[in-house]
Order: sequence, then structure tokens, then C-alpha cells
Amino acid sequence: MELTFNSEQIMLADSVGRYGLDKWPAINRHKLLAGEQDGFRERWREMAELGWTLLPIAEDDGGLGGSAVDVMALAEGLGRHLIAVPYVTSCVLVPALIGGVPGGEDLLGALGEGKAFAAAGVLEAEGGGDPAWVTTRAEKVGGAWQLTGIKEHVEDGGCADAFVVSARVEGEAGDAEGIGLFLVDRAALGDGVARFRAVDGHLHARLTLQGTPALALGEPGQALPRIVAALDRAICAHLAEATGSMEAATAATVEYLKTREQFGQRIGSFQALQHRAVDMTVACEEARAITWHATLSLDAAPGSRQRAVSAGKVRVGQSGVYVAQQAVQLHGGVGFCEELIVSHHLRRQMMLDMAMGGQGHHLSRVAQLSV
Amino acid sequence: MELSLDAKDTAFRDEVREFFSTGVPDSWRDRVRAGLRLSPDELTGYQQRLAARGWGAPTWPVEYGGTGWTPTQLCVFWSEAARADAPHQFHQGLELIGPIIFSYGSPEQKDYYLPRIIQAQDWWCQGYSEPGAGSDLASLRARADRDGDDYVLNGQKTWTSYAHVASQVFLLARTSHEARRQQGISLILAPMDTPGFRINPIATMDEKYHTNELFMDNARVPVANRVGDEGRGWEYGKVLLDRERMVAAANVIFLGQIVRGITDAARRRKIRGRALADDPGFAAKLAQFTVELTTLQAMVLRLLDDMTRGADSGPRGSMVKLRWSQLYQAGTALWVEALGPEAAQFAALDGATLPADMPAALQGALYARVTSIYGGSSEIQHNIIARRALGL
Ligand SMILES: Cc1cc2nc3c(=O)[nH]c(=O)nc-3n(C[C@H](O)[C@H](O)[C@H](O)COP(=O)(O)OP(=O)(O)OC[C@H]3O[C@@H](n4cnc5c(N)ncnc54)[C@H](O)[C@@H]3O)c2cc1C
Repeated sequence: MELTFNSEQIMLADSVGRYGLDKWPAINRHKLLAGEQDGFRERWREMAELGWTLLPIAEDDGGLGGSAVDVMALAEGLGRHLIAVPYVTSCVLVPALIGGVPGGEDLLGALGEGKAFAAAGVLEAEGGGDPAWVTTRAEKVGGAWQLTGIKEHVEDGGCADAFVVSARVEGEAGDAEGIGLFLVDRAALGDGVARFRAVDGHLHARLTLQGTPALALGEPGQALPRIVAALDRAICAHLAEATGSMEAATAATVEYLKTREQFGQRIGSFQALQHRAVDMTVACEEARAITWHATLSLDAAPGSRQRAVSAGKVRVGQSGVYVAQQAVQLHGGVGFCEELIVSHHLRRQMMLDMAMGGQGHHLSRVAQLSV
Repeated sequence: MELSLDAKDTAFRDEVREFFSTGVPDSWRDRVRAGLRLSPDELTGYQQRLAARGWGAPTWPVEYGGTGWTPTQLCVFWSEAARADAPHQFHQGLELIGPIIFSYGSPEQKDYYLPRIIQAQDWWCQGYSEPGAGSDLASLRARADRDGDDYVLNGQKTWTSYAHVASQVFLLARTSHEARRQQGISLILAPMDTPGFRINPIATMDEKYHTNELFMDNARVPVANRVGDEGRGWEYGKVLLDRERMVAAANVIFLGQIVRGITDAARRRKIRGRALADDPGFAAKLAQFTVELTTLQAMVLRLLDDMTRGADSGPRGSMVKLRWSQLYQAGTALWVEALGPEAAQFAALDGATLPADMPAALQGALYARVTSIYGGSSEIQHNIIARRALGL
């Protein structure tokens, strides 16, 4: 069992660190986020030039075939520097959904080259995080597929050029069978895309499909295991991102405790605050440990994999939000303001906790798999 | 909050309920439930409506234009307002400076300022904190140098909430240097259009504009604008301790509104064909929250009972402030959880639409973080309780 990065992963992490400092400095953050799509696209091309967009894509699909731990090394840096470009969605989740499947080649190529963003509509509002809850219907009309239904919340869909969407060819919401994956072009949706900005700068979408033309990715019907596995893989990248962010927020806080003075002394001399900083550090260690555990279980049997990933999702969700809240708290008023990076960490942690199934869903998955 | 009332108080409750049965727009509901302050225009209109009814200053004595209500009546009033999704009145004039003026101000100051607070002719902001003086307020450095009949103000205040709306500021500044840092500080009232004042907005993570830096550069205000004696401003803050008990009590009563926000969201949200409200896991969480809230409201009743008897509450005001901020934070988080992942949709772009409670709940959850920082942070409240109640 190896629970440390190898030298290549360390180099990768270092290069993400340099890039983050250079392109995503805290002071420029408002401007970057205000620029939204245009700024994102330029960042995306830069990340492609560094080879990062190809990393999680399998070699057979023309990518670099990086391991889950490689992705972990990279994603930690995304979190540390709060890089808001939808890397995990476009380069981890979507390739895991469509990799090796006929029909997805062009999109994978465009993602790998940093020429497109894609997002996945595989969770519906009423599913509460369960990807088997698919009410969107797929129908074949004159030899072509058409989708009808609503995807209330498509993570990072606000800047996507294409969507990978789950839809049902038979059965009822909740059935494991009868689900297919389809590729929907942004243009085909017309005004069926409503866009939203989240507090962490990510851009989401609500998709309204009304007989929208779509391309089937593989033979529709048996896509659920693939969807579950893809989500687990993307969740692990999120766990790494969260861990990076937690460590950055903790480091900033410890630094602040050493510099801010009140009552004629450094506030870090107050034992109440020392203990809090220790609790934050313990939470970081928990997050790092469970992230390794979940990531290394990605190739295990589905039951163990799901249990490990859900455990990670729950615990990192809890400890990530806790750390970021305490980072804000220990900074006092300045922790609450836009200018300091800690408040951005809090916003990102809150959003990561909600994404891809909240704690309720993942706790119940752990409960089911534990009996 | 459920109260057991006698006939007189029941009649009073009916009168208040009647008042709140109209005039509370639906558009306030989600923001109020999320603990978010309404816009200054909305709050000013609300204050004027209360003033017209003679209820502009519920916590003040009759001689200064207040209602002179008993603590029970106050509790009834706040409970009924909360029940109707009406807001908490803006507190900086009514609860912070008003009581100091009627306790320590000159007759001229009382005559001029107090009615203007009740009628919402003035909006007050509080200029206490400075970049170097937060929890340790006594380290403040702003100066008020005497020059004839004027004070000349210099220095920087920060976190001056609503300075961009306010017509007046009450501020603490040093009028002399004394051995004890708490001495030599004076409390001064100044119009916000005083030449030499400049404000700079501070952007905050909840994406709501509420606070500012306030720079004072040779700003002149008449010595007559000082409240009480020179150099004793720190002591006048003590009257606030009692008022803080009042503010904490009202905050807790209004916090009950959030339960309706959570419940509505949980009833509306269906998960796998069942309302979230009927999910045993979620229902247990909500029940736990209401248990803690009921307990906190019971603590508030004890504060109000102290007030009725004119008794000291010791550090229990601090306890209530502490628990209020914790429950406000927990409640907004639960509300966001009830809304589900769509709550991430904070700002609609290109003309898209959002249900009003979604951004309100999330904004409330972000804003809630500040309640354990301002007004004496949670750490400072712990210190106060350790010192005052436990003698540590
Ligand atoms: C949105 C907002 C609105 C505000 N509005 C106003 C306003 O209108 N007018 C006004 O005058 N002020 C206002 N404030 C200021 C507020 O009261 C201060 O932020 C607060 O007093 C904390 O001070 P600080 O921010 O300097 O934090 P600091 O005092 O620097 O505290 C930093 C951290 O250290 C902790 N700490 C400090 N001392 C101790 C100790 N002895 N033991 C243990 N822990 C300690 C604190 O709890 C905190 O966690 C506002 C603040 C905010 C954020």
C-alpha cells in the first residue's frame, strides 16, 4: 500500500501550484470570475497546453491515461488555488461517462484539446442523488433519438458546449435497467438552457428537453453501472480538491493567528484559538486519509468502492465545511469579506458538499452497503 | 413562540395580530425568514407604519416616545411580527444609540434625535470598530481633538454597516490619552454629510452591500454633539449590555421564522416520490433543530422575566447571543439542505428565473457566518461567561 505521491505526481502538483499562483491569485479573483465564460475558456486552453485536460482521458481514447492518484495530485492544486474552471466535470466526470463508447470520440477529442467544455445531466431533482432516478425519456423518432424531461441542476452546465444526459428508454424512475446515455449539443437545446452562477464562481444550468435531438452513446439500456462508477471517480477528484482547499484555508488561518494582534498580543497566543487551529488540522488529516482510501478503492468491486467513496464524500463534506467556517471565524470580520481568500474557500466547500449527492444520500448508501 | 397569557395580554396579542394581518408584503417573506435584512427603503416604510400606530419604539419608555410595554408585551409583539413574516426593526438607532441618548444625552439631544429615530427620519450607523480595534475595542485610535467649539475628527473606522444609507453616525474617538485605555474615549454624534467623511464599500461574501470603511479627515463636529461627559464614552457602552439582552431576545424570537422556511422547502421537495419532510432522517434533523430553538426561546423567557423583575441576568445574555448565532447558522444550513443541490443556483443569468427562497436561504447561510463574529464574537462571549459566571 502506497499512500504518497510518486515523483511525477509531485512534479504535477508543483506545476499546478505554480499555475495557480500565477493565474488564479486571490487578488484577481473577482475579475476572473466576473469575466465568466471568456476568462474560463482562455484558462482552459492554458490547462490543455500543460497537458492536464488529457490526463484523465484513457489512452485508447487518445488521452494520457493518468491514474486516479495522478488526478488526485492535480485536483488538490485546483482546490488549493480555487481554480473555478470546471476541470472535474469536463475532464473527469464526462470522460468517465463516455470514454470507450462509440459516439463520444469527437467530444473527448475537443475536451482533451481544451477546445470545449462539457457537463453531465445524470442526476435529477427528485432522485436525491440517486442516478437510477431518471424520469427523462428517450424516444426514437424516425431513426433518431429525442429526449424529453428536465435536468434541474447540471453542475457546471452554464458554460458547457455539450451535455451528456441520462434518459430512460424503458421502465420507471428508480429502475436500474432501461437507462441510456445521450449526447446533446448545446445548440440543439436552444432556449432550453437556463444558466446560473453559484457563489463559488461555477456556472450551472437547468436543462429543459422537449423532444430535443440527441445521439445515443452506446446501446441505451444498461448505462447505470457506468454512471455510478463515473460519479464515484468524479467524487474522488472533488475530495482531493476539497482537501487542497482545506489545507490552504488552514495555512492562511495559522498565518493570520501569528500576525493579527488584539489585546496587545498575537491572537494565536490565545489557547482557545490554538485548539481550534489544531481541530482544523486534524480535519485536514482526516480528509487527506479518507481521500486516499476512496481514491485507491476506485478499481475495487462496486460495493467496496461505493462504500469507500460515500464515506469520503460524507466525511470530507463535513470536515471541509467545518475547516472553512473556522477559517472565516478566526479571521474575524476580514474573514467575511470578498477580498480575503478564506471566504472563497468556504463558498467552494459548501458547494462541493452539495454536489454529486449530498451527505444524506451518501450516508444512506453507506448504511445500505454496511448491512 | 407559544406563551401562556392572561386576559389582558391576550387582548393585546389580538390587537397586534390584527395589525399584522395586513401590510406585510409577500415579497418580504423569504428574506425575512432567512434572517436577511430588508432594503433600507422597505425598513424605513415599515418603521414609519409602526410609528404611525404609536409602536415605533417598542422597547423605550413612554416619556421618550416609546410604548412602555412590559417584557411580556414585547415578547407578544415580536412573536406576532415573526408569525406574520414581518421583519425585526433596524436596531442601530432604536436599540444602540437611542437608549444611550435617553440615558445620558442632553435635553436638546433627546428632543432632537429621539423623535427622528422613531419616525425613521434618521438612519444611524455605528462607528466603533477600527482596523486595529475589533474584539479589543479599547485599542481604538481615532482622535477627536478639541478646537474651540468643535472636535476635529481623524482616523479610520471600519465595518461601519449601513454608512452608505445612514444620515448619522455615533462613534467612539479618543479625546485624551490616559493610562487606562478605556478612559479618554468620547461618544460623538455626527451627520454623515460632515465634510471630511468618506466611505468606501467593503464587499462581503454574502454578496449583499451592507458595510463600509469610514475615513475621517479633519472632519469638524460641534462639541455639543458629544453625548455625556468627555472621556467617559466607554462607560456609556455599558447601558448597551442591557440593551443587548433585549436585542438577543428579539433575535431569538424572530429566528422561529426560519422553521417555516425549512418546512416549506422540505414539504415541496420530493425525493424518490416522497416529500423530504416525510423522510425520517430529515424529519429527525428538523425536530432536533426545533428542540434546540424551543430551548433557546425558553432561555429568552427567563431573560424577559429578569427584565420584568429588574434583575440582572448575569452572563445569560451572552449565552443567548452565543446560542442564537449557532442556531441561525444551523437553521440556514438545514434550509439549504432541504432545497437540495439546486440551491447552488444563486444568481440567474440571461433572464433565467429562480424561486425566491433559493438565493435567500443561501445568502442567509452565508450571512449567518458573521453573527458569530460581530457584536462580540463567540470566542469573546466564551471569555465573558468564563470570567463573569465562573470566575476563571
Ligand atoms: C459584516 C460586519 C458588520 C459589522 N458592523 C459593524 C458596525 O456597524 N459597527 C462597528 O463598529 N463594528 C461592526 N462590525 C465589527 C465587528 O464588531 C468586529 O468584526 C468584531 O468585533 C470582531 O473584530 P475583528 O473583526 O477585528 O476580529 P478580531 O478581533 O481580530 O478577531 C479575530 C479572531 O480572534 C478571536 N479573538 C480575539 N480576541 C480573542 C481572545 N481574547 N480570546 C479568544 N479569541 C479571541 C476572535 O473571536 C476572532 O475569531 C461588523 C463586522 C462585520 C464583519
